[in-house]
Amino acid sequence: MNWITIAGMMLVTWVPRFVPLMLSRDVPLPRWIRRWLSGFPYAALGALIFPGILGAIPDAPLVALGAGLVALVIALKAKSPVIPVLAAIAAAALLDLVL
Amino acid sequence: MAAVNRQAFGRGLRAGLPVTIGYLPMAVAFGIVARSSGIGMAETTGMSVFVFAGASQFMAAELVASGVHPASIVLATLVLNFRHFLMSVHLGRRLRPGRAASLAVGFVVTDETYVVGSLEPDLTPAFFLGLGLAAWSGWLAGTVIGAAAAQAIPDFLARSMAVTLYAMFIALLVPAVVARWQRGIVAVLGALIAWAASRFIPSLGPGWRIVVAMLAASAVAVALPMEDEE
Repeated sequence: MNWITIAGMMLVTWVPRFVPLMLSRDVPLPRWIRRWLSGFPYAALGALIFPGILGAIPDAPLVALGAGLVALVIALKAKSPVIPVLAAIAAAALLDLVL
Repeated sequence: MAAVNRQAFGRGLRAGLPVTIGYLPMAVAFGIVARSSGIGMAETTGMSVFVFAGASQFMAAELVASGVHPASIVLATLVLNFRHFLMSVHLGRRLRPGRAASLAVGFVVTDETYVVGSLEPDLTPAFFLGLGLAAWSGWLAGTVIGAAAAQAIPDFLARSMAVTLYAMFIALLVPAVVARWQRGIVAVLGALIAWAASRFIPSLGPGWRIVVAMLAASAVAVALPMEDEE
């Protein structure tokens, strides 16, 4: 791995991340496209959670799934994600001992 | 104005705390993998400082180990990062950043900062930069730990910390769905599409799986609005 490769990786990572920020701000978009965009974060969340969570701890899918369930239940009451996240880590540690 | 920005930056930092914790074990793993692929300490750290793209960095370490040409590594990175292009299109609409802010914000767009940022009602460039700094710090600290010391995080802790980001995604999604059930439909569809892709088109990989899920599942939002419209 040399520094030119790293510079190349940096460019092809950074450019597609900042160019749309500069360009999409003032382009007038029809309502259906704006609605479509508004669904992006939720679709991304769904796709990021599942099926990835099953492989979070490669040899113990049930531990990760159980921790996810703990996060879900606590998130129903919590004000920020911090408490559900810490609870899920603790739950994973406990389940890992038991299962 | 400056005080408002400082406050938003601080809120972003705090919102990014779960990302910091979640990136740590991943970055430690990256540090270990990169060093064992024969990448030097400085280059391993440099990748995390300058590239800041988890999946691409893991891939690059693997490709280096198997002796792939550097140009292929750069090309593979570009292909893997297309999902962030989509995410930035949406963020651009939300943030309306100036030129300098676009450069800075763009540097810290990841899957995780995108979902945390886009679910924040008071999203501003300063908030996103605080969030990005929290994420980047975790990624960098973990890389240095992994590259230098190999096993600095005990195995049982690293195992349970591996659920952090998933727990954060769930904790972000739950209140959003409670506020508006339509978002739950899109999320479940996104998960089903991602699952089907992983099952039937495994060659797509996790990066493009997210692209397909975002484009397809969000189409439902055209008929079922997710947000209040002005």
